[in-house]
Amino acid sequence: MLKFVLTKIGMAALVALTVSFISFILLFMAGDPAIAIAGEGASGEVIAAVRSQYGFDRPLLVQYVDWLMRALSGDFGMSYYFKTPVSGMIAERLPVTMTIGFLGMSFALLLAIPMGVLAAAFPNTLIDRLALGIAVVGQAIPSFWFGLILIVVFSVNLGWVPASGTRQWTGYILPMIVLGYYATPAIMRLTRAGMLDVLSADYIRTARAKGIKPRRVLFKHALRNAIIPVVSLAAVQLGFMFGGSVVVETIFALHGAGYLAWESISRNDLPTMQALILIFAMFYITFTFLADVLNAWLDPRLRTA
Amino acid sequence: MSHTSQTISPSLPAASPAPSRLLARKALKHRGFMVGFSILLFVGLTALFAPLIAPYDPYKQDLLARLAPPVFLGGDWKHLLGTDALGRDYLSRLIYGARVSLLIGFTAALISAVIGTTLGVLGGYFGGKVDAVVMFIVSVRLALPATLVALAVVALFGGSLTVVVSVLGMLLWDRFAVVLRSATMQVRQMDYIAAAEVLGASLPRILFKDVLPNVMNQLIVVVTLEMAHAIILEAALSFLGLGVQPPTPSWGLMISEGKEMLLFESWLITIPGIALFILVFSINMLGDGIRDVTAPEGRN
Repeated sequence: MLKFVLTKIGMAALVALTVSFISFILLFMAGDPAIAIAGEGASGEVIAAVRSQYGFDRPLLVQYVDWLMRALSGDFGMSYYFKTPVSGMIAERLPVTMTIGFLGMSFALLLAIPMGVLAAAFPNTLIDRLALGIAVVGQAIPSFWFGLILIVVFSVNLGWVPASGTRQWTGYILPMIVLGYYATPAIMRLTRAGMLDVLSADYIRTARAKGIKPRRVLFKHALRNAIIPVVSLAAVQLGFMFGGSVVVETIFALHGAGYLAWESISRNDLPTMQALILIFAMFYITFTFLADVLNAWLDPRLRTA
Repeated sequence: MSHTSQTISPSLPAASPAPSRLLARKALKHRGFMVGFSILLFVGLTALFAPLIAPYDPYKQDLLARLAPPVFLGGDWKHLLGTDALGRDYLSRLIYGARVSLLIGFTAALISAVIGTTLGVLGGYFGGKVDAVVMFIVSVRLALPATLVALAVVALFGGSLTVVVSVLGMLLWDRFAVVLRSATMQVRQMDYIAAAEVLGASLPRILFKDVLPNVMNQLIVVVTLEMAHAIILEAALSFLGLGVQPPTPSWGLMISEGKEMLLFESWLITIPGIALFILVFSINMLGDGIRDVTAPEGRN
């Protein structure tokens, strides 16, 4: 188990390093950052001064290592646009993103797992059809549009929840539903498929033959085994949700890291963009690593890395 | 049904028709496939013949006829789906918007198919170190937040159709790589691959003539999934203002423009949204249908 964990940590670190290099290079290719800082129409002298002051005249690799070392100690430089340290801004904005991310995932799991279990327990019945319907609609509905429709119905017409902002806790409800519904179809389908597989296994027949109550067989014996691949998927989806929060936060005007990403992107604020891409990638890497370890702990057969 | 099979063995239908006819028959009976196929065909033809079908020029503004409601909300028949804030005919923009969505979805899926299939087939065929490298590249790609990277690239390089298509194509290949890698691994075990190797067939020949045709079904299913994915992402990018640029009639952009009038003219966002939903829904149905129809007997 220790060897497995260490191998996984090594892989995760290597992926993280590559991602950091890509996010550094990607935005560097876009153009001269010195011009971006000096502002359009700045004279050649000013641009040259900015270039040497910020160290843009050094070799790319040196700049990368320098940037990475600072990033590792939590220093992502100054924002070109907001003129404040990037890390401070992100630290201030992240809690909102994390809140809607975890709320959304909880919503998705609470909807998808029971529905998936019931759909597998009663295949081709009304409940199975309903689950399939929820999944099919969820896969095809664009989340930004779904968000707008929810605002029209529940904020504008019914006035139950605020359309934007998080001054009241109810402001989190619609973003949670939009983000959660996005992750629901995949989780529900995997739960259903896994349950169908497990329910035809011998030990389930044995459990039933022993006279154990159907509900106990379903949720204790079967779900435990069917849930293993769902754990991995949920981790991956949670990582995607953080990255996808830019859309939801823009619609609901939530001032989280996703909205900050949109602000920095539309204002060519390179350091903030780089930092956010890296941080969202780190979240994804961490979640999938934790899921791998959790799965290996649940199922010893997976421990051969 | 062919004539010979009926006379010789009418009781063994499985042995009679050609595989392609059998597939066609299964497809015709598959409700999801037919629904998806019909809708997609309808949208595709609409996009293709847009200049003939659209009642107005989608770019022509008429400031005297701004925000006319659609017919079902009490508008008149001159503008079936009403007009937008600049007085442009909404139906015409919707019809031309189908072009943008289909073009971007299809081209992006094609680009990512080439990248992902190459990686997946190589990893699955060679295994070992090659496979490890492929899986590493896939993990790196998955770790990069796709929406954010796409937004950043479009912001930096400008929101032309080419940039949007390329960036989506370069980002959405991960599923191709994963699915084709495992499909190739299965094909690799087959005797005909070993036979081809023993006969001295060249590597490109084996990959293109023996491996690729046998993983084609899985490939097509992923093409539909990623096409739907690209269409939704394009709409989201355009909605955020960092995708296709105005005045191009993109459904995502139409929703974005209608957002300002959310409170009073909510049909401005419901109409393109429903169009987007129906298109993506039909492509998904088609993909699920192809998967069911091409699956070997007894497997689902």
